[in-house]
Amino acid sequence: MSEALQLLGEYIETRRPDCVVGWHVALGELTVEIAPASLVGFIEFLRADSSCQFTQMIDITGIDYPEREKRFVVVYHFLSMKLNQRVRVKAAVREDESIASLTGVFPNANWYEREVFDMFGVLFAGHPDLRRILTDYGFRGHPLRKDFPTSGYTELRYDDVRKRVVYEPVKLVHEYRQYDYLSPWEGAKYILPGDEKAEEKPS
Amino acid sequence: MMDGSKGFDDAHTGEQKIRNFNINFGPQHPAAHGVLRMVLELDGEIVERADPHIGLLHRGTEKLMETRTYLQNAPYLDRLDYSSPMNQEHSYCLAIEKMTGVEVPRRASLIRVLMAELSRIGNHTMNVTTQAMDVGALTPPLWGFEPGREELFVFFERASGARMHTNYFRPGGVHQDLTPKLIDDIEAWCDRFPAVLDDLDGLLTENRIFKQRNVDIAIVTEQDVYDWGLTGPMARSAGLAWDLRRSQPYECYDEFDFQVPVGKNGDCFDRYLLRMEEMRQSVSIVKQAIVKLREPAAQTDVLARGKLTPPKRADMKTSMESLIHHFKLYSEGFKVPAGEYYCATEAPKGEFGVYIVSDGTNKPYRVKLRAPGFTHLSATDHIGRGHQLADMAALIGTLDIVFGEVDR
Repeated sequence: MSEALQLLGEYIETRRPDCVVGWHVALGELTVEIAPASLVGFIEFLRADSSCQFTQMIDITGIDYPEREKRFVVVYHFLSMKLNQRVRVKAAVREDESIASLTGVFPNANWYEREVFDMFGVLFAGHPDLRRILTDYGFRGHPLRKDFPTSGYTELRYDDVRKRVVYEPVKLVHEYRQYDYLSPWEGAKYILPGDEKAEEKPS
Repeated sequence: MMDGSKGFDDAHTGEQKIRNFNINFGPQHPAAHGVLRMVLELDGEIVERADPHIGLLHRGTEKLMETRTYLQNAPYLDRLDYSSPMNQEHSYCLAIEKMTGVEVPRRASLIRVLMAELSRIGNHTMNVTTQAMDVGALTPPLWGFEPGREELFVFFERASGARMHTNYFRPGGVHQDLTPKLIDDIEAWCDRFPAVLDDLDGLLTENRIFKQRNVDIAIVTEQDVYDWGLTGPMARSAGLAWDLRRSQPYECYDEFDFQVPVGKNGDCFDRYLLRMEEMRQSVSIVKQAIVKLREPAAQTDVLARGKLTPPKRADMKTSMESLIHHFKLYSEGFKVPAGEYYCATEAPKGEFGVYIVSDGTNKPYRVKLRAPGFTHLSATDHIGRGHQLADMAALIGTLDIVFGEVDR
C-alpha cells in the first residue's frame, strides 16, 4: 500500500514539479504540499490524470498555527473510487492572503469553503457566495482560530421583560478553567496556583 | 373574480408580473429532521432554488475537542450523529490506534463489528420508517421503532450502561466485555428481526402511495456522486458498489461475508430498497460475529492493556503502578505522537471521517470531523431543483441527515 503511494507521490512530483513543494507518506497516507497559487490547476490535474483519478473531494479544512508567518494551512482530502486511493493536499496561506476557490472544479467545495471561511477567516477568491455557514447570523470572529476563546464573546438568553432573545457579553461566574494536566516538566506552560506571587516579593 | 371579469383589467396587461415565491421551510418543520431551515424559491409549486441554512445546532465540537484530552473527547463523537453513535466512535478510536500503533485484541474487534452493525440497523430503521412518515404513512414508525431501535437500546444499555450515548468504543478496544447472556439475547433478536423487516416490506415496498412519492424522485447520477462527494447509500443508489467495509477494510470486516447492494436508478425508492437490504446484510454480519465470538480464539481481553487503557480493577488493588497508571490515565490522559491521520469508516449515512492533527501532547491540536450529512445536504439545491415542494420532504428524508453531525 505505502509503496504504491510512494510511486504515486514521485509520479505527481515529476508531472507537476512547479506546484509541488514537498510530499511524504506517513501512516499509510500520502500528503502533498503545494504552492497556493497553483491550486486550481493542480487539483484539475489530480482529477483528470489517468493514474490519479481523484474524482471525489472528501473534505476541506483548515489548521491554525498562530506562530507561523503563513498562519493557516488549508487541507484538502481527495478520494479516487476507481483506483481506491486517497491523497491529502496542503497549502499554507498568510492571514491577509486569499486562496483560489475550488467551486469550479468540485461543486461541493462551496459549503466546505464557507465553513473554513466561517471558522478561520480564510478568504477564497472566486467563491460565488462566501457567507458564514455554521455560526449565528451576525456572528463576529472566527471560532477555530487559536486566539478565539472557547467560551466565545457573546451569550444569548430570553429576556422575560423585553419578551425577546437578547445578546450579552459573556459573563462567567468563575474563571474559565483550562484543565491542563500535562506535567510542567513535560512541556506544559502554566502557572501553578500560588506561583504568581513568587515574582511580587523582592528577591 | 380574479380573472378581470369584474372590472379588474390589470390581470390582462403586460405590466402584471408573475414573481417567484419565497418560503421558509423549517426550522421547526416535522419533515425537516431536526433544525433545518431552508429558504425555498418556488415557481408555482416547483422548487427553483433551495438554500439550506444550517448551524442552528452548532455546538463547537471541534473547538471543544482542542481543549480536552483524547479520552475526554470520545463522548463528543456520540453526540454528532445521535442515531448511530457507535459508528462514529469507531472512526475516532481507529484513528488514535493507528497513530499510536496499538493493536486491538480480537474479541474487542469482533464486538466492535457487532455493535457497529447493530447501530447501522438502528439508524436505517429510523431512516426508513421516518421517511415513510414524511410521505404520509404513520404505521411504519409505530411498528418499526420497538424492535428496530428500542430493543437495540436495551442491548446497548446492557453492554455499556447508556442507551444512546454509549461511549463504548475506547482507544484500544471496548469498555467492557459482553456477557454470554447478552450475546444469546442478541442472537435471539437476530432471528426475530427479519420478520419485522418483512412486515415493513409488506407495508411499503408495493404500496401505491409510497411508490408514487418516491419512485423517480430526486435522481442521483454517477457524475453527481463525484461532483458532490456523495458516499454511502447515496453513492450506492447511483450504481456504484462503493462500501468502505469492502473496498478499504478496517477492523476485521475482511473476514465477514456480506453483499453490497447497489441501486439502478438513484432515486428515493432505490435508496429505501438499499437500506432495507443493508439491514438484512447487517443482521447476517451480526450473526457471523456472534459465531466468531464463541470461538476459542476470541476468548481474549477486550482492551489492549497499555498506555491507552486502564489497568484491570483487580490489579489496582495490589499494584501501586497500576493505581498510578489509572490516576494518570484519567487525569493527564495519554499522549499521541505528533503527526496527522485521516481515518474514514462506513457509517450508516456514508463516509464518516476523523482527521486528527496531533502535536505530541495529551490533547489534539486540531480535529476535523467529516460528516457525510454535511456534503449530502449541500447537494439538495442541485438534486432538488425542478421538483415539487412536497418532493423536497422525500429528498430530505432519503438524504438521511441528522443535524448533530451536519452542524457539529
